[in-house]
Amino acid sequence: MADPTTTARQPFRLVRVERIMGTAISVDLRDSSIIMSGVEDAFAYLRGVDERFSPYRSDSEINRLGRGEMELAECSLDVRQVLALCERLRVTTGGYFDAGAYGSNGLLDPTGVVKGWAAEQAGWMLDAAGARNFVINAGGDVVVRGRPEAGRRWRVGIRHPRQRDKVATVLEIGDGAVATSGNYERGAHIHQPWTGRPAADLLSLTVTGPSLTYADAYATAAFAMGSDGPAWVARQPGYGAFAVTLDHRAVWTPVAWDVRAA
Amino acid sequence: MPKRGIIASLLTAVGLVLLLSFKTPSETVPPSGTNAALRRPAVAPTPPDATPTPGSRSTTTPEATPTPAPQTANRTLTGPVIPTRYGDVQLQVTLSNGKITDVIPLELPNDLQRSAYISSVAGPLLREEALQAQSAQIDVLSGATYTSEAYAESLQAVLDQTHG
Repeated sequence: MADPTTTARQPFRLVRVERIMGTAISVDLRDSSIIMSGVEDAFAYLRGVDERFSPYRSDSEINRLGRGEMELAECSLDVRQVLALCERLRVTTGGYFDAGAYGSNGLLDPTGVVKGWAAEQAGWMLDAAGARNFVINAGGDVVVRGRPEAGRRWRVGIRHPRQRDKVATVLEIGDGAVATSGNYERGAHIHQPWTGRPAADLLSLTVTGPSLTYADAYATAAFAMGSDGPAWVARQPGYGAFAVTLDHRAVWTPVAWDVRAA
Repeated sequence: MPKRGIIASLLTAVGLVLLLSFKTPSETVPPSGTNAALRRPAVAPTPPDATPTPGSRSTTTPEATPTPAPQTANRTLTGPVIPTRYGDVQLQVTLSNGKITDVIPLELPNDLQRSAYISSVAGPLLREEALQAQSAQIDVLSGATYTSEAYAESLQAVLDQTHG
């Protein structure tokens, strides 16, 4: 956090926030020497993903596909890729992540994976534009690259599930991803696939690992698994979990990948 | 000493649980830079009372030895080094009022398998940490997905506005 009394030259920082996919997506970039259109391109891409996948737009590809107005083969590469990913995740998570089960009106609902996946794609676009040191925060799911400044790592706070202005813990991350699932922001929207009941064992569950696509989906699935969730995450190579139980206990699995507790 | 016997068999049981539930020895994690990271965080962000420091690897002790227990009901025990087919295993157990509240592996087979190995006990034997909120110097905030309306009141919005 900058000290306003400091007269020394501040390091470069570019922050841009846009409201996309029903949430806010922030990019915090620390490289001054990148192709600046890269940031614009990344946000344009994210808006495009929203258009293709939004369940709230009747003309989105995903809704037209669901209504049978479009064949899968006619869909964009993004849609086909995400649907293939959803199927893979359904198998990997033993059914706990299921785009088919999550949708209302029997339509497909891959929104559980789209945000993390899209943020990761945006990260690769920034990377292609020469960015090496940045974070992307897609509504609480974070892509981390490089360092905020020389000599220290990015410090990622995990929101306290009961206090919006507090953190439950802090992780220091090199290159990687952090995704958190919980029912405290938008009500009980994560359900156990077998019983249909809202997941209620944990207050929140955070997953760290190399890819935000997987961290995000694993967080959703493991949160639905409840108390078995953290151990399940730890069995996914490269991924680790931090959870807060109903009685406010913190549960750590070994943190993996380029992560350490601050 | 009946108590010591209980503890010893407890540790053996934990070791057995570890071994029995370790079903996927072939499971590996990416090797790059994971060795240190795979271990439980060396410094807990909000150090709880009377829990052992995981970073301090105690030397091998022949059998379970209670560390000098103060007035609190928490006790830390270091188990013996148990040779297994995967390598040596040594655990440190924290008891609170006779219940296991924490298990820290001091010695585990090899770093590549460590993640899968520990994960099998991470579920039932949870580590308790005081969840004390802190005014930590953070750069970014992870949490359950907020709506674009909720963002305005979020800590992330504050972070985004705090330009360097």
